[in-house]
Amino acid sequence: MNRPAANKTVYQFGYRRSADQDAAKPARRPVVIVGAGPVGLTAAIDLAKRGIPAVILDDADRIGEGSRAICFSKRSLEIMDRLGLGDRLVEKGVVWQLGKVFLGEHQVYSFDLLPETGHRMPAFINLQQYYLEGYLVERAVELPLIDLRWRNRVTAVGKHDGFVRLTIETPEGQYELDTDWCLACDGARSKVRDCLGLKFEGHTFEERFLIADVKMSAEYPTERWFWFDPPFHSGQSALLHRQPDNVWRIDLQLGPDADPEEEKKPERVLPRLERMLGERKFELEWVSVYRFNCARLKKFLHGRVIFVGDSAHQVSPFGARGANSGIQDAENLVWKLALVLNGEAPESLLESYDLERGQAADENIGHSTRSTDFIAPRTKQERVLRNAVLQLAPHAAFARRMVNSGRLSVASEYDSPLTTPDREDFGGSARLGLPVPDAPLEDSGGKRFLLQTLTEDFQLLYVKDGARPNVPEGLRMTAIGEDLIDREGIFTQRFDATPGAAYLLRPDHHLCARMRSYNGNRIRDALARAKGLAK
Amino acid sequence: MTVLKTENGFANPDAAYEALVEAHRRASEAESAALNARLVLILSNHIGDLAVLKEAISLARKAG
Ligand SMILES: Cc1cc2nc3c(=O)[nH]c(=O)nc-3n(C[C@H](O)[C@H](O)[C@H](O)COP(=O)(O)OP(=O)(O)OC[C@H]3O[C@@H](n4cnc5c(N)ncnc54)[C@H](O)[C@@H]3O)c2cc1C
Repeated sequence: MNRPAANKTVYQFGYRRSADQDAAKPARRPVVIVGAGPVGLTAAIDLAKRGIPAVILDDADRIGEGSRAICFSKRSLEIMDRLGLGDRLVEKGVVWQLGKVFLGEHQVYSFDLLPETGHRMPAFINLQQYYLEGYLVERAVELPLIDLRWRNRVTAVGKHDGFVRLTIETPEGQYELDTDWCLACDGARSKVRDCLGLKFEGHTFEERFLIADVKMSAEYPTERWFWFDPPFHSGQSALLHRQPDNVWRIDLQLGPDADPEEEKKPERVLPRLERMLGERKFELEWVSVYRFNCARLKKFLHGRVIFVGDSAHQVSPFGARGANSGIQDAENLVWKLALVLNGEAPESLLESYDLERGQAADENIGHSTRSTDFIAPRTKQERVLRNAVLQLAPHAAFARRMVNSGRLSVASEYDSPLTTPDREDFGGSARLGLPVPDAPLEDSGGKRFLLQTLTEDFQLLYVKDGARPNVPEGLRMTAIGEDLIDREGIFTQRFDATPGAAYLLRPDHHLCARMRSYNGNRIRDALARAKGLAK
Repeated sequence: MTVLKTENGFANPDAAYEALVEAHRRASEAESAALNARLVLILSNHIGDLAVLKEAISLARKAG
């Protein structure tokens, strides 16, 4: 990454010696996570919530300012809410849901990412990535099951029979640590990936982009504004998006031949921004010049080493699918790993992580590649076609729909062997393989959103019809119409609920089975299948 | 399975061809390319069937 213009440290942490460094032979842990980025921290907190201890190793000891992720999706916020950070993130973040696309000075397209109410979490918030990381660290250090070790750089990875041995460099020298499972959350330039000699296959886009975070007081609405060929940056594209603390993210497309060192110099940056922002006073917080990649590992699961987040897949930022997908990776993996570690599911369950999140990675890479190609066409003829779409957009609805400035991250729908296919028809927005939609409900204490009532385990939503059925042991059942009341009818509508209907949710709240009337055997089979126990 | 129609579809194909030629007459190369691109998009959307579009693309490729 590029060096910051003003390299401010937002959070500083200290190196502390661990007893493992003095052990005669390498200590053994159930889970070691390499990398305390958003993904590694999410995984550790989720593991701790399931009673699994984890060591996190990170080569840095600070979270610095820098322009990385700003847009966090509804799905990420729902996951963070389960981990205890939802309110804090939404409070600090800038909530938004509208995007506008301009051609020159004229609006040609707009989108609303959450056109309905009745959801606890907003469609998106904008928040500097360092705040998210800082909050996650604060949450992690509250949890005694998490052992967070700064300035611990992994330099070698050895795969052994039944465990992984990590070699770790610290300010006080080197030590070794053994682990049943190693989660490689060490980012796009993953050292763990290099150590295993794995190829990161994909495409680097030629185009260069200037990313600037500027501080200013401005009256622009909290919407995502994207321009093709704006008057202030002729022939290129531009993006403007608000962050907390009066900071605004600006992306300016520079073309493939731009010199990254020259373009970062204030004498080049400031006039570009002045043309965009006019007379307004602003301060530069950070500037960098990026070239983007889309790439992935063929497999995320390599024996006892599991790749999660950017180490497994990388996308260009149009669509905000990087951190948002990594957070979903972590959630997808952790409940499965916890079941395996507790002896409740076979190791082969982890294959479904590879499959489900591999599908998600392909989907994300597809979207972000198409967006980047639309924004920065690769050939002259592609540009002619792209410009044709933009020229038609003011005149024809179909062309507006083709305008692609980024398709923003939504939850992935899994086509998975863990899912039990429907035998009856269901409508509504709840879909097999997707996380269940939220809905406003009531319990004895007052108004509650559905998602707030869900736990970390498998659970059954049962639409009351007479007596409560006897569910399989250990499965938590919530009766809609008794434990939770659907006064507004929104649950009924979103789940296409009828009396007696039952919905089985995985620990990550993805819907994995449903039926029009509760049937104990079908639920038992669906549960076994979702735990990878089905033959 | 062929879904793309390659039989003549126009009552007066010569008139259709003339309309296309007419649209390009006196246009520069760049204008023509841009016009073609817009036309392709408009007609593709009118067809509104990805399978037909892909077959048309492969026929166009093969013939060139
Ligand atoms: C300009 C830009 C804009 C973006 N915008 C968005 C957005 O709006 N929304 C979004 O969702 N995503 C966005 N992204 C992507 C997002 O920043 C990444 O997807 C995200 O940071 C990935 O998280 P991670 O935890 O997998 O990896 P990282 O955040 O890269 O964390 C990896 C961690 O591992 C540590 N580490 C590395 N090597 C070692 C080692 N050998 N030993 C120990 N520790 C090590 C590093 O110090 C680091 O802390 C953007 C990215 C860029 C560049």
